[in-house]
Amino acid sequence: MEEQLEQLDFDFYTEQPKIVGDASEQLQIKLGEFAGPLDLLLFLIKQEQADIFDIPIARITEEYLNYVRVMKSLDIAIAADFLVMAATLIEIKSKMLLPRDPADEEIEIEDPRQELVDRLLEYEKFKSAAQMLYEKTTIEQAVFTRGQIESDENNAEVDASVFDLLTVFQKIMARHKEEIKLEIEREEISLSDMIANLKKRIFASNELSLLKFFEETKSKHELVIAFIAVLEIVRTESVKLMQNKTFGDIILRKV
Amino acid sequence: MEAGTEQKQTRSIGEIVSIVEALVFVADEPLTVKTIADVLEEDRETVAAAVEQLKQEYDERDSGLQLREIAGGWQISTRTEFHEEIRRFLKTRPNAKLSLASLETLAVIAYKQPVTVPEILEIRGVQSASAIKTLLDRRLIIAKGRKETVGRPMQYGTSKDFMIQFGLKDLSELPSIEDFEDLVQ
Repeated sequence: MEEQLEQLDFDFYTEQPKIVGDASEQLQIKLGEFAGPLDLLLFLIKQEQADIFDIPIARITEEYLNYVRVMKSLDIAIAADFLVMAATLIEIKSKMLLPRDPADEEIEIEDPRQELVDRLLEYEKFKSAAQMLYEKTTIEQAVFTRGQIESDENNAEVDASVFDLLTVFQKIMARHKEEIKLEIEREEISLSDMIANLKKRIFASNELSLLKFFEETKSKHELVIAFIAVLEIVRTESVKLMQNKTFGDIILRKV
Repeated sequence: MEAGTEQKQTRSIGEIVSIVEALVFVADEPLTVKTIADVLEEDRETVAAAVEQLKQEYDERDSGLQLREIAGGWQISTRTEFHEEIRRFLKTRPNAKLSLASLETLAVIAYKQPVTVPEILEIRGVQSASAIKTLLDRRLIIAKGRKETVGRPMQYGTSKDFMIQFGLKDLSELPSIEDFEDLVQ
């Protein structure tokens, strides 16, 4: 949810989100921002004064879902990631409710909470690192350096000399020439011409080596046209593609 | 960088200290010892010693300025103690701070670089697209090529501006991520 509004000014110490129950037993939320589902989860665990290595999953899941519900009722768009976490919590909770198979007694079954604990611990390190960065910028904001001195490099107006302009102009001219050259080259064979040509050759000699036909093309473009022409002629005319041996030459043959 | 051809006689260390001060003063970005050495055509050891001496001079006379090592170079800046007076004079307010989400994302990138968006998601448990955009806009992070894996996702790392804005000499100055483990409990 925090992804939608970039909070511009906040203080790490006073603006941490809080959930406080008031006298009327109604859930009140100080709408600071939880940086994500893991952040919310850590907060709930701390509020419950629970051990992170032994999370009371049923209670925490309930509180987590409560929070998500409140967000919904307040019409806050809930990031999908919060819902993913809700699903994860419910899954863990249900796994823990399942009785253990007595036959599996010897096999060490991993605590279903383990993966979540690992993620929380990993996340918390980076949360602390974020706080360290916050402190560093706070210090840096109290430090001032000299304003920029005007030089050729940072003054856009004198940045380009007459010679720079000339170079750019020459480049443009060069590009212009290339374009014209391209246009002249553009007399290429059309697909219908290619098909007609191919048809004529097959019907004249009954068969035609595909390799030979392709090798006659002069450009990549022409080769593509030739290939399409072959596909087209096989589809529409009574022409078959034959191969005498595996990996051998493919031959176009009139049926 | 045009090396001065007019001056090639030997300078005293005091002179070099003075020139270093002048150069660091006019430079827009932290100035490296190498750059100074190239301009002066002196060897790096001499310049490094001059920089150290200059730094000491500032410290010893309780100057309002300080010489700091930032992003691998040297920079003259005001001392933190006087920020209130300076702000009153400049009539400026501190820049908008980064949001919690952006700071977290930046922390992950700083420690895990080069790192991809899915890898950041894995650690933070939340999409970080807008935080990454903010960090890119502020030039704190830069794209560092693509990872040779499925989908070839873009990798991100911190920039030189990151070190300047966070007052870091180099990345190794950041405390090790494992050091934060103790805080966790």
